[in-house]
Amino acid sequence: MSEAVLPPARVALVGNPNSGKTALFNALTGARQKVANYAGVTVERKEGQLTTPDGRTISVLDLPGTYSLRARSPDEVVTRDAVLGKLAGEQAPDVLVAVADATNLRLVLRLILELKAVGRPMVLALNMYDIAQRQGLRIDLEGLSRELDCPIVTTVATRKRGIEDLVAQVDALARSGALVADSTWREPDAAQIRLAHREAQRILKAYVRPPEHPDTLTGKIDAVLLHPVAGLAILLSVLFLMFQAVFTWAELPKDAIDHGFQALGGLIASNLPPSLLRGFLTDGLISGVGSVLVFLPQILVLFLFIILLEDFGYMARAAFLMDRIMGGAGLHGRAFIPLLSSFACAIPGIMATRVIDNKRDRLTTILVAPLMTCSARIPVYTLIISAFIPNRSVWGVMNLQGLVMFGLYAAGIISALGVSFVTRRLFWRGAVEPFLMELPTYKLPDPENVLRSLYIRGKIFVSRAGRIILPLMIVVWFLANFPGPPRGATDPAINYSLAGLIGHWLQPGLAPIGFNWQMTVALIPGFAAREVAVAVLGTVYAVGGQASPGALATSLAHHWSIATGLAFLAWYIFAPQCVSTLGVIKRETNSWKWPLIAFGYMTALAYLAAFATYQIARASGLG
Amino acid sequence: MHDMLAEPMSSDAVVQMDEPADGRLVRLSQARPGERGVIAEVRAGSHADDHGVGVDELHRRLLEFGFVEGAVIEILHEGAIRRDPIAVRLDDMRIALRRRDAEGIWVLLDVP
Repeated sequence: MSEAVLPPARVALVGNPNSGKTALFNALTGARQKVANYAGVTVERKEGQLTTPDGRTISVLDLPGTYSLRARSPDEVVTRDAVLGKLAGEQAPDVLVAVADATNLRLVLRLILELKAVGRPMVLALNMYDIAQRQGLRIDLEGLSRELDCPIVTTVATRKRGIEDLVAQVDALARSGALVADSTWREPDAAQIRLAHREAQRILKAYVRPPEHPDTLTGKIDAVLLHPVAGLAILLSVLFLMFQAVFTWAELPKDAIDHGFQALGGLIASNLPPSLLRGFLTDGLISGVGSVLVFLPQILVLFLFIILLEDFGYMARAAFLMDRIMGGAGLHGRAFIPLLSSFACAIPGIMATRVIDNKRDRLTTILVAPLMTCSARIPVYTLIISAFIPNRSVWGVMNLQGLVMFGLYAAGIISALGVSFVTRRLFWRGAVEPFLMELPTYKLPDPENVLRSLYIRGKIFVSRAGRIILPLMIVVWFLANFPGPPRGATDPAINYSLAGLIGHWLQPGLAPIGFNWQMTVALIPGFAAREVAVAVLGTVYAVGGQASPGALATSLAHHWSIATGLAFLAWYIFAPQCVSTLGVIKRETNSWKWPLIAFGYMTALAYLAAFATYQIARASGLG
Repeated sequence: MHDMLAEPMSSDAVVQMDEPADGRLVRLSQARPGERGVIAEVRAGSHADDHGVGVDELHRRLLEFGFVEGAVIEILHEGAIRRDPIAVRLDDMRIALRRRDAEGIWVLLDVP
């Protein structure tokens, strides 16, 4: 077919946030999507392909939502530069598709006027047209099309209505080789924005008749959800449910994955003679892959909640309610979801910082998220508490062990707030962005779009974060197992390994915080995951990895002073003992700078806290 | 934080227009839920160093969100702590903003 030689056309979707742009992107490209990052920035690049009825390939770029081309965030810079054809490593789009919520045209009309100035061929997609019709909103499509000098297509992305028409219009424009005029777009000043707004107002008045039955439901729902008391109570309930779900719903598949990989490792172990290769396959590779996948259930449960809340329109309300509460510590109103999730695990928590648009707000949240007490700290805390804290009641009602556990959680929260406060004051002074946010109309989430977004999130984690976490895991395994123990060795094998060497070498530096060499050695494999340190302590104290925690606790109580035990607890509140967290910070910030900063400040805090704890405890006679 | 109910209008803040006898001119930062009116003026605002982005940038952002002279506005909700932030209906949209970012917006309130 001669049509096959037609070059692929490039299309970019541009529109306000909440215009259903992503749903339209899904309807256009279906499963043929790729998510990556734009070169050098953390902004997500979503591209998909579609094929026209006559065999022409069109690649569609879903640009970040914006209210104007006057970029104010890294996301909006990408949109502006892509539209202007100035984005490094990107070809300029042949056709722009302006996506508009048909029920909310005022602001998008001004954006469209800006897009007109860019001079590229453009199609206007009036999305959510079914809702506009139901409200009795009348739009003079012909007149509006004439006025804007571009074709208009009405679409209902969630029902896939109008998609063929849109593709046909885009194809026709690309085919006609419509001339790209020189861009006359320049960053508007206040007076020009006013003028553009007046012009948009005039167009709206001339071609759109206000709805006969405007949406009143959103106002009614807001009266409850934004109520100063009831609204906060409902928000807390939603958050509690989400927290419970991440903790408990994810538990079953998490255990299944864990056991599955253990069984797989066991299968290989029983079929291969003992060797370094077998050790690498079972303990390095398979348990490494397992330790990546084990995060997946929590990530999927958390993102299911986030996507539902976002699509329903509640996320903006939650940010409204939390703005003042989080703002006191210099955090964005939306930071509560990542921080709360970090109580289960910092990995999904850090991934969830995507809900925060502003770069600095997002970085602050990423840096403090690992301070929240994640579930991997619980085995360590439980072990040390049962070994060193007497199980007795305080003031008749409270249990001392429980009180210490509570204190550890509180210390995590307080230090996270403190660090973010200090970061704000010291490093990003005065950089508090204005809080200006549209509260979108409530909508029922579309199941297909929710599932697709969820699938993409899971895929990104496995393929991209996994690619960083897995090699780190193997490095940790290598350190703990190489070289092997010499013939006739009597000490545990790890003592002869590189980890043992590093542990012994580090020990003098950690002596002032009360750590003996067994502890410093356990810290190295403990980087694979915090709870691994418990197993390693079991090995080095020769009680066996599978021994009951009770036996290990007794052994620790025998070998360590109380001061040492308390210092170990203090260390674990802050220490960055998790390569997966560092890996996911690398993935989310697209740079090694931020994981290094996190590692540095957390290690420093851990050392200081353990030092103070050890010295004070010794001075109080607990040495 | 200043008291948002009793701040006297400083001389430089007086809007250069005849104040109609039937309406009251207030800063949006001091308006209360239930109050409605028409935006009379959007200024670059004060507190130059308080907005991380500068007054001119804030001014333009407000305009881009539709806070323009003549827009119909109604204060819908306010936060629990210090009555901040506020949610407003602006023409046919709903927008949330902090009171301190709303200082430059003057609203001519309707007569109740």
